[in-house]
Amino acid sequence: MAAHLKKRVYEEFTKVVQQQHEDLSAKKLRLTKPSKSAALHVDLCKATSPADALQYLLQFARKPVEVESVEGVVRILLEHYYKENDASVRLKIASLLGLLSKTAGFSPDCIMDDAINTLQNEKSHQVLAQLLDTLLVIGTKLTENPSVRMRLVEVACKHLTDSSHGVRNKCLQLIGCLGPVEKGVAKEVESQAAKDVQKIIGDHFNDQDPRVRTAAIKAMLQLHERGLKLQQAIYSQACKLLADDYEQVRSAAVQLIWVLSQLYPESIVPIPSSNEEIRLVDDAFGKICHMVSDGSWVVRVQAAKLLGSMQQVSSHFLEQTLDKKLMSDLRRKRTAHERAKELYSSGEFSSGRKWGDDAPKEEIDTGAVNLIESGACGAFVHGLEDEMYEVRIAAVEALCMLAQSSPSFAEKCLDFLVDMFNDEIEEVRLQSIHTMRKISNNITLREDQLDTVLAVLEDSSRDIREALHELLCCTNVSTKEGIHLALVELLKNLTKYPTDRESIWKCLKFLGSRHPTLVLPLVPELLSTHPFFDTPEPDMDDPAYIAVLVLIFNAAKSCPTMPALFSDHTFRHYAYLRDSLSHLVPPLRLPGRKLVSSPVSPSITPHEDPSQQFLHQSLERVYNLQHLDPQGIQELLEFTIRDLQRLGELQSELAGMADFTATYLQCQLLLIKALQEKLWNVAAPLYLKQNALASAAAKQILEETYKMEFMYSGVESRQVVIIHHMRLQAKALQLIVTARTTRGVEPLFGMCEKFLQEVDSFQRCFISELPHMQGSFVDKLLDLMPRLVTSKPSEVVKILQTTLRQSTFLHLPLPEQLHRATANIIEPTGESDNPLRFTSGLVVALDVDATLEHVQDPQGTVKVQVLYPDGQAQLIHPKPADFRNPGPGRHRLITQVYLSHTAWTEPCQIEVRLLLAYNSNRSKASAKILKSTWSESLEALPQSENGIEGTIPFSKPVKVYIMPKPARR
Amino acid sequence: MPEIKVTPLGAGQDVGRSCILVSIAGKNVMLDCGMHMGYNDDRRFPDFSYITQNGRLTDFLDCVIISHFHLDHCGALPYFSEMVGYDGPIYMTHPTKAICPILLEDYRKITVDKKGETNFFTSQMIKDCMKKVVAVHLHQTVQVDEELEIKAYYAGHVLGAAMFQIKVGCESVVYTGDYNMTPDRHLGAAWIDKCRPDLLISESTYATTIRDSKRCRERDFLKKVHETVERGGKVLIPVFALGRAQELCILLETFWERMNLKAPIYFSTGLTEKANHYYKLFITWTNQKIRKTFVQRNMFEFKHIKAFDRAFADNPGPMVVFATPGMLHAGQSLQIFRKWAGNEKNMVIMPGYCVQGTVGHKILSGQRKLEMEGRQILEVKMQVEYMSFSAHADAKGIMQLIRQAEPRNVLLVHGEAKKMEFLKQKIEQEFHVSCYMPANGETTTIFTNPSIPVDISLGLLKRETAIGLLPDVKKPKLMHGTLIMKDNSFRLVSPEQALKELGLAEHQLRFTCRVHIQDPRKEHETVLRVYNHLKGILKDYSVQHLPDGSITVESILIQATAHSEDQGTKVLLVSWTYQDEELGSYLTSLLKKGLPQSTS
Repeated sequence: MAAHLKKRVYEEFTKVVQQQHEDLSAKKLRLTKPSKSAALHVDLCKATSPADALQYLLQFARKPVEVESVEGVVRILLEHYYKENDASVRLKIASLLGLLSKTAGFSPDCIMDDAINTLQNEKSHQVLAQLLDTLLVIGTKLTENPSVRMRLVEVACKHLTDSSHGVRNKCLQLIGCLGPVEKGVAKEVESQAAKDVQKIIGDHFNDQDPRVRTAAIKAMLQLHERGLKLQQAIYSQACKLLADDYEQVRSAAVQLIWVLSQLYPESIVPIPSSNEEIRLVDDAFGKICHMVSDGSWVVRVQAAKLLGSMQQVSSHFLEQTLDKKLMSDLRRKRTAHERAKELYSSGEFSSGRKWGDDAPKEEIDTGAVNLIESGACGAFVHGLEDEMYEVRIAAVEALCMLAQSSPSFAEKCLDFLVDMFNDEIEEVRLQSIHTMRKISNNITLREDQLDTVLAVLEDSSRDIREALHELLCCTNVSTKEGIHLALVELLKNLTKYPTDRESIWKCLKFLGSRHPTLVLPLVPELLSTHPFFDTPEPDMDDPAYIAVLVLIFNAAKSCPTMPALFSDHTFRHYAYLRDSLSHLVPPLRLPGRKLVSSPVSPSITPHEDPSQQFLHQSLERVYNLQHLDPQGIQELLEFTIRDLQRLGELQSELAGMADFTATYLQCQLLLIKALQEKLWNVAAPLYLKQNALASAAAKQILEETYKMEFMYSGVESRQVVIIHHMRLQAKALQLIVTARTTRGVEPLFGMCEKFLQEVDSFQRCFISELPHMQGSFVDKLLDLMPRLVTSKPSEVVKILQTTLRQSTFLHLPLPEQLHRATANIIEPTGESDNPLRFTSGLVVALDVDATLEHVQDPQGTVKVQVLYPDGQAQLIHPKPADFRNPGPGRHRLITQVYLSHTAWTEPCQIEVRLLLAYNSNRSKASAKILKSTWSESLEALPQSENGIEGTIPFSKPVKVYIMPKPARR
Repeated sequence: MPEIKVTPLGAGQDVGRSCILVSIAGKNVMLDCGMHMGYNDDRRFPDFSYITQNGRLTDFLDCVIISHFHLDHCGALPYFSEMVGYDGPIYMTHPTKAICPILLEDYRKITVDKKGETNFFTSQMIKDCMKKVVAVHLHQTVQVDEELEIKAYYAGHVLGAAMFQIKVGCESVVYTGDYNMTPDRHLGAAWIDKCRPDLLISESTYATTIRDSKRCRERDFLKKVHETVERGGKVLIPVFALGRAQELCILLETFWERMNLKAPIYFSTGLTEKANHYYKLFITWTNQKIRKTFVQRNMFEFKHIKAFDRAFADNPGPMVVFATPGMLHAGQSLQIFRKWAGNEKNMVIMPGYCVQGTVGHKILSGQRKLEMEGRQILEVKMQVEYMSFSAHADAKGIMQLIRQAEPRNVLLVHGEAKKMEFLKQKIEQEFHVSCYMPANGETTTIFTNPSIPVDISLGLLKRETAIGLLPDVKKPKLMHGTLIMKDNSFRLVSPEQALKELGLAEHQLRFTCRVHIQDPRKEHETVLRVYNHLKGILKDYSVQHLPDGSITVESILIQATAHSEDQGTKVLLVSWTYQDEELGSYLTSLLKKGLPQSTS
C-alpha cells in the first residue's frame, strides 16, 4: 500500500514539473518575438481550451505593452473576443482592454466604437459589467471630449435596466464619473442625451438591490465632486434612504445629506406631521445626529465625523446634542422654548441620579414630548459613550471642530470633554486632551474640572502626560486655588516621573506668565518666606524648587510688585537660572539690581536685525575679495568662519544660516590651502606628506558637501548647484592627487573617464543654472571639454590643475529659511553608573528617546547606531510608528534598541547615536528606503572612522554602561 | 386569523420572577423561569399550575429559554424542571449555563441552610436540571424542532445575557430579557438587527428614566467613595454577586490604581472567585476594551480587591465592602449594614433597583427607623446614596431598540404598571404600533398577518418579469401562473407545466361580448372610427387594422357588423381569451362608453 502511495506521489510530482517546463518554453518563445500582438495572436490561436486561453491572457497581462503596439493588441483581442464562447475568457479580454487603454500615451478613442459594439451582443452579465468598466476607463481618459462622454452616458443609461446588479452598478458609476456637469453642454447636444443625469441616478435610489442603491448614491456624490450642483429635491429622497436596511446605503446616504446641507443650508424644509418649517441645515443636522445611534458602527463613525463639519447649524440645535433629556419640542415649535424647559424641569423624565424622582406625576402635555424624532438630542452624549472607541474618537473630533467655531458650545462641551479624560482607551484620552488644547482659547476651567484634568497627570503613559502639559500651557484657570492645585499636582508628577522635568518646567513657564495676578498671593507660601524668620535656603539643584521658581519668575515678568516679596537668595537664584535656563526664565526688571536687569531692548524689528546684517556683511566681504594675495584670503576666510560659528551659537534663529555658510567657506578654505602648497610640481614620491594633506582635504570637502546638501532643510536648487560644484572641485582635486601618487597610466584612464562623466552629468542636471556660473571651474571646464575628451590622462590632469587654480570662487546665495537638522538624545541620559546587566547571547532592550528637529522624512532617513567597545557597529532602522510628530519641523523618536554581545569580564560603555542616512541620488534613495523601511534590519557594518558610508552623524553620542554576563550553566 | 398569545406568569406589570408563556403558530415557549425577591412563600415562584393541572409539563411546552443568570430570571428553574417536572430542552448561552448553577446553589444554601426551609430543591436537582440545558452561541440559529427556531442576540446587562428571537415560519417574537443599550466598563451594548418581529417583548424597568451620561455617574460614584474613605468612613455597596459587582470592581480597581489609594476593598462572598474565573474565561462576551487588552492583562484579575471575612467588619479605619445581596433583604449585606448604620461617617451606596418590601427600598424612600426581626428598631444614621448603575435600558434605550428591530407590536413586561403606562403611550405615539402591558395571568392575543411563501419556478419568474415595463420595487405586479397546493407546500408554475403535472388537456376559454353602438355610417367607416379611437387611447399596445375589416388589440379581436334590424346600430363583437381578461374587460367598458362625437 505504502509503495503504491509513494508511486502515486511521484507520478503527480513529475506531472507538475512537466507543466512548468512547458510554461517556461512558451515564455521564452514570446520574448524573442518582435511584435506583441503577433505573439499574442499566435498564443491565442494555439489555445485549445478556454482554460488555456485564460492562462495565456493572464501571462500576457503581467507584462507591460509599449504604446505603439497597444492598438494592434486591442484589435487581436477584440477579434478573439467575438470568436470566444467561454464567458470567463471574454471577461478577461474585457478587463485587458481596460488595462490596455490605461497605457500612458495611448489615446483610446480609436477603440471606443469597438468596445461599445461588443456590448450589443453580450449576454453574460459579468462580462457586461466588465465591459462597462472598460468603457469607464476609456471615458476617464477622454474626459476632454464631451461627445464621447455623452455617448458613453447614453450607453450606460441603456443598460440601466439590466437585471444584474453588477451591470447596473457599473452603469451608475459610469454616469457618475462621466455625466455632464455643466448645464450648457446638456443643452447643446440633442434633447435625448440631455436627459437629466440627476434624475436618472435618483430613480435608482430605490432600486431593489442595496449594492445598486449604494452605487447610485456614490454616483451622485461623484457628480457633486465633479462640480455639479445637486438639486435640493434629492434631499427628501436621501432622507428616506437613512432608514435603509443596509449599512452601506445608510453610510452613503449620510454623506449625501451632509453634502446637500452644505449646498442649501438656508433653504426651508417642512417638518412632516406638523406645519412647522426649519432650515435645511438644521434638519440635516438632526438627521445625522440621529444616525449617531445607528445599529452599525460604521455608520455611527461616519455620522459622528460629519457632524463636526456642520458649522452653520443653529446654536440651540447644537446645544441639544449635549443634552439627552431635553426632549425637545424645540424642534417643532421654536417659540415654545420656555415651555419645553419647564416640561423638563417638572420632571417628566427622571435623571436616574436620585431615588424615586421618577414616581409618575400628572402629565403636562405628553403630546409635545417626542422621544425619537428629536434626534439631535444627546447625539454627542451617545457618541461619547459608544461601545466602539472609533466612534468615540470621531465624536471627540467633531466636538472639537464645532467648539472651535462656537465659544458658547465650547463652554458647554467642556464637562463632557473632561469626562473623556477618564476613558478606558488611551487613544481616546489623548485625543480628548488634544481637543481640549485646541479649544482652550474659548474656555476657562472651573476648579472641579481642573481637578479631573489634573488627576490624569498620574497616568503612566508619557504621551498622555505630555499632552496634558501642553494643555496646561494654554489653559485659563479661574482661581488661585486652581493654580496652587495645578502646581502641587505637577510637582507630584515630577517626583513620580523625573523624566518629565523639561516638559513640566515649560508648562509652568506658561502657567505663570498667563496668570500673574493669581500667582501673586501664592508667592510667600511657595517660597516659604516668613515675615520674621529667615528660612533655610532651598537646594538650587532641586528640580521641584526650580519648577516653583520658573512659575514665579514668569509671573513676575508682568507683575512688578512681586519681586518685593522675594528674599535675598531668590535674587541670587534668579541670576543663576537666568543664565543656565535662559529659555525658561524671562528677563526681569529687578529693583536695585542693574546688573541683572540687562536691558534687552525689545524695539528691534526683525528686519533690521543687526546680527542678520552682520552675517550678510561678512559674506559680502569674502565674496568681494577676489584678488587679495593667497595668504590674505586664507586669513580672511578663517576669521569669517570663526565669526560665523560664534554668531550661530549666539543667535539660534540664524544658526542654520551661519553654519551653512561657514561650512561652505570652510570647504573653500580647504581647497585653497590644498592648492596653495608650493610643492605641487615636484615629483610625487618625495612629497607623501603633502599628498596626505591634499587628499585629506579633498575627502573632507566631499563630506562637508554631503552634510550641506542633506542636513539642512530649506536648501533650494540654487544652493544645490553650488554644493555640487564644490564637490566636483573636490573630485578634481582627488584626481590630481592620485595622478601624482600613482605610477602607471592604466588606473588613470578609468578615473579620468569617470570624472568626465560626472562633469557631463553635472552639465545635464544643472543646465539652467550654468549661465549664473561665469568664470567658475565648471564653466571653464566645459569650454575645454572637447580638448579634454581627446587628450591623454596626464594632460587632463594638467588642465584640471590649472583650471582649478584659475577658477573663481562662487557666491553662495542664501535661502529665506535654513535650518540644520539636529537631534538630541534624551534617553538614555548617559549618567547612570549602574551597568545594564544581561546574559550574553540574549538581547536586552534599550529605550531610546530623542527629539529631532528639522529633519525631513525622518522615517526614511534617521537611523540609530550602536558602537561597541570592540569596534563593532550596529545600525538600526526604527519603525515608522516610532516617530511622533508633536509640531511642525519637530519629531520625536521613541524606540527600543536591542543590544546583544558575547560575555565581558567587566562592564563597559557603548555609544549610541543617531545618524542621518543619505544617498547622493535622492530620488532613487527615497524609493529604496520606502521599500526597506518595514524590515527592521540589523546590519553589522565594519566601522570606519567617520561613520558609515552614506550617513551623517547628527547627534551627540551617548554612552551607556552595559555588562553582558556569561550565561550560567 | 393566525395569532400569537402571550401570558406572563411573572413580571407582568411587576419586577421579579420573570416567566412569560408565548404560544406562536401552535408552539408553546416559556421565556425565563425566575423567582421573586420580595416573597418567601409560594408566591416566590411562578404558578406553573396555570400551564397544566395534571400531567407533565413536557407535553405542553416545546422549549424553555433563559435569558440570563439573574435569579429573578432563572431562580425557579430547578423547581420547575425537577419538582414540577419538565424534560424538554432548556436553552441558554454558554456563560449563563456556566454561572447559573453557582447562583442557584448559593440561593439554595441561603434558603435551606440559613432559613431552614424544607421542601426546597436540592443540589442534585440543580445538577439534573443543568443536564437538560442546551447552550447556544450568539447569532446561532438553533432548530428546536422542524418549525421552531431560536436565535440569540447580545444584550449587555450581565455576562452572557441574551435577547432571543423565536421564529415559526414567518411569525416571530423577540424577547429581550434584561438589556442595556449603553456599554459599561465591562460589557458592550445590546444590539439587534432589523428583524421586524411580529412582537417585541421588552423589559421596562426604567420606563420613565432617561439617564445622564454614564461618565457623570461613574465620576459621582468615585467621588463619593473617595470622599468617604478620606474622611475615614466605611462604604458599603450592596450588589448581587455577579453583574454590576464586576463593573464596579473594575471601576474602583482602576481608580485605586490611578490615585494610589491604600484603603482596602473587600468583596464579600466566596462565590465571587468562582464567578470571576468565568468572567476571565468568557472574554469574547465583554466589551471592546477588555477584549483588546486581555492579552497584556486580564481586567478581571484584581490587585486591590481582596476576599472579605466577617471579622473585618469591625476593623477600624476606612474600607470599601461589596456585599451580597443587592437589595439588603438578607445575608451578609444586611449584617454589615446593621453594624455600620449607626455611624454618620459611613455610607451605603445602592447601585441599582430595589424591589418593594426590601430594606433597600425602605431606606431609599427615606425611612430612617427600621423595624428589624425581633422588634428591634434600627436607626439609620449613615448616608444613603442611590446611583443608577443597574444595567437596564432607559426610556431612550428602549425606544432605540424598538427603532432598530422595527416590530409590529410591542409588549412591555418587567416594570411597574404606572411607568409602563407612560412608556406605552410614548411608543404608540412615536412608532404607531400597538403596545400591550398584560398583568400576571392575563393573556394578550395578537393577530398576525403572516406572508405565505410560495415557490415559483425560475423560468416562469424570468418570463413574467421580462413582460411589461421595468420591474418596479415595492409595487405589486400581476403575473400569470397556476398555484398548486400539494403536500402542505405551495408552488407557482406556468399553466403548461401545471397541465402536464396534473395530466389534463388544455381548454381554450374565450369571452365574447357584443357592444351596440349608434352609428349611422357604413360598417368599415365605423370600424375605422373605432380603430382611431382605440389607437388614440391605447398608446402602449399594438392596435392593428386588419384587411378583413377587423381590429386586433394585442390578441383581442374586434369585429363590427350592422344590426340586422336597425341599420343605424352597429354591433361590435369583442372576443378575447381568458389570459387577456384584464385588457378585454377594459376594452369592453371603454367601448360601452361609446365613441367620441367629434370624429375626424
